[in-house]
Amino acid sequence: MTLSLPMIALVVVFILLGVGLYALLVVSNLIKVVVALQILGKGAVLALVIAGSLRGQANLGQSMALTVIVADTIVAVVGLALAVQVRRHFDTLDLKSLTTLRR
Amino acid sequence: MWHVIIAVGILACAVMAIRVQRLLVSALWLAGTSALVAMLIYLLGAPEIAVIELSVGAGLVTVLFVFAINIAGEENRAVQAMIPKPLAYGAVILAVIIAGWLCLPTLTVDLPASPALTLGSSLWGDRAVDTVLQVVLIFAGVLGVLGLLAEGKTHASLENKA
Repeated sequence: MTLSLPMIALVVVFILLGVGLYALLVVSNLIKVVVALQILGKGAVLALVIAGSLRGQANLGQSMALTVIVADTIVAVVGLALAVQVRRHFDTLDLKSLTTLRR
Repeated sequence: MWHVIIAVGILACAVMAIRVQRLLVSALWLAGTSALVAMLIYLLGAPEIAVIELSVGAGLVTVLFVFAINIAGEENRAVQAMIPKPLAYGAVILAVIIAGWLCLPTLTVDLPASPALTLGSSLWGDRAVDTVLQVVLIFAGVLGVLGLLAEGKTHASLENKA
């Protein structure tokens, strides 16, 4: 396998998805969770562009990547708004202490 | 050569964005990731998407993060992982292997070549539903920003009113 640009980008996609998934599993800060979702989203955008260019349907892949960018940004906005409101009401961003039940 | 440098830079920025303790620094590493991803997309021959990724991913989202961290404040507490780290490593490796196993064989399948559309006709013609959906999503985003800015009534003010 030669080290061509799409192959390098494909490796980057897999590692970005891996890093994002690991962060989602491990991180317990609400704003860090949004950072992890952003990293996953960048992997998805890159994957769509590569898939489009490899299969000779570059414009289809690019228009879907555009949709993913918009959706990803909205997810970040809503997630950050939720985090801010959680901080106001519960005075913490830690997912583990985010409960109203007594322990 | 440049491709490899950009790829390594993306991975380093992504890992640093997760590892760093301060939220503000994490947001800046995320902006760096986004800028380098935009460069890679440009090299892959999609300059329009690269420009949008750069302006939205590295610009707008970073501003939103800084804004939200400014309101919510940093939280410097010793954080513990949600699940044990070896379990997380195992799950991630398993997921990446399954994704590769499902995706890589499809790269060699031959599809009929599509008619040579431009990005504009593909976006506004073929995927018009997506474009309408994006408008709806942007409205949802506006509501989200209003939620970010809303003061939120405290219990005291509610009791005073009653």
